[in-house]
Amino acid sequence: MEWLVKINIQLKESILDPQGQAVQAGLNALGYNNVSDLNVGKYMELKITDLTDKEQVKEQVDEMCRRLLANPVIEDYRFNIEEMA
Amino acid sequence: MRFGIVTFPGSNCDQDLRYVVEEVFEIKTDMIWHKEDLENNYNAILLPGGFSYGDYLRSGAIARFSPVMDSVIDFANQGGLVLGICNGFQILMEAGLLPGAMKVNNNLKFVCKHVKLQIKNNQTPFTEKLERDQILNIPVAHQEGNFYIDDRGLDKLKVNDQIVLKYLNDSENPNGSIENIAGICNKKRNVFGLMPHPERASEDILSSSDGKKIFESLISFLKEGVN
Repeated sequence: MEWLVKINIQLKESILDPQGQAVQAGLNALGYNNVSDLNVGKYMELKITDLTDKEQVKEQVDEMCRRLLANPVIEDYRFNIEEMA
Repeated sequence: MRFGIVTFPGSNCDQDLRYVVEEVFEIKTDMIWHKEDLENNYNAILLPGGFSYGDYLRSGAIARFSPVMDSVIDFANQGGLVLGICNGFQILMEAGLLPGAMKVNNNLKFVCKHVKLQIKNNQTPFTEKLERDQILNIPVAHQEGNFYIDDRGLDKLKVNDQIVLKYLNDSENPNGSIENIAGICNKKRNVFGLMPHPERASEDILSSSDGKKIFESLISFLKEGVN
């Protein structure tokens, strides 16, 4: 079975994101004054094979996020797993 | 006495570091490629600055899994002295040898300039030849040096006196790091990471030789330890 995994990584809410602030300032300068709380993150897609159980995929992705893809000191992650046709 | 300097793909201060250790201080060094293990009995391991793995994902995140790092972690856990400069500091945090993480600089820019630093703990192998509150002029060169740690972690750093080096004040702070932190050590004091580049300020011709004091401390600590 083949799985498509989509991962979002963002700075934790409590942590100031200087890049997000700069991008938001740009939007505000364009007149979008109702925009706030902009947080720039990372988006990744990957495929996983050789696992039949979605729970196993979830476990593996969670472990990969903790060990490498995200830095738990400053980042939160969330992901979505789809079974590929 | 022998130092090991690890070269990762993308390290670019490894030869500057070798030059200072070998030519200025006349200490033998081995350049260790990141795929090797630590084969000799080194007195200290130095992780140089640069852009290991192109800073992909996060600075130091991928270098942390280079084969050599297992033996660097063992070396540190056995009390071996490890110094990480700039990218080396980032790698030490990613490897869990030092707490905290780096965010991108507050001004989002790569900052390369001399800054004024202040020694906050001179009771470490890396700072014993310095006075507490002594001011040093050493250059920084980084885009991700905005040290961050949560409140609980910060309290621990303070309680254990692990904050070794700070930028002198807010205006000298080039990156927005929490409490102007520029360098920290682990609880056991044998692992030290700093964003400034002491190897770029170790000869008078470079307009400051304040960085020499870090290496002098390390070498003197090792010599006294040997006696």
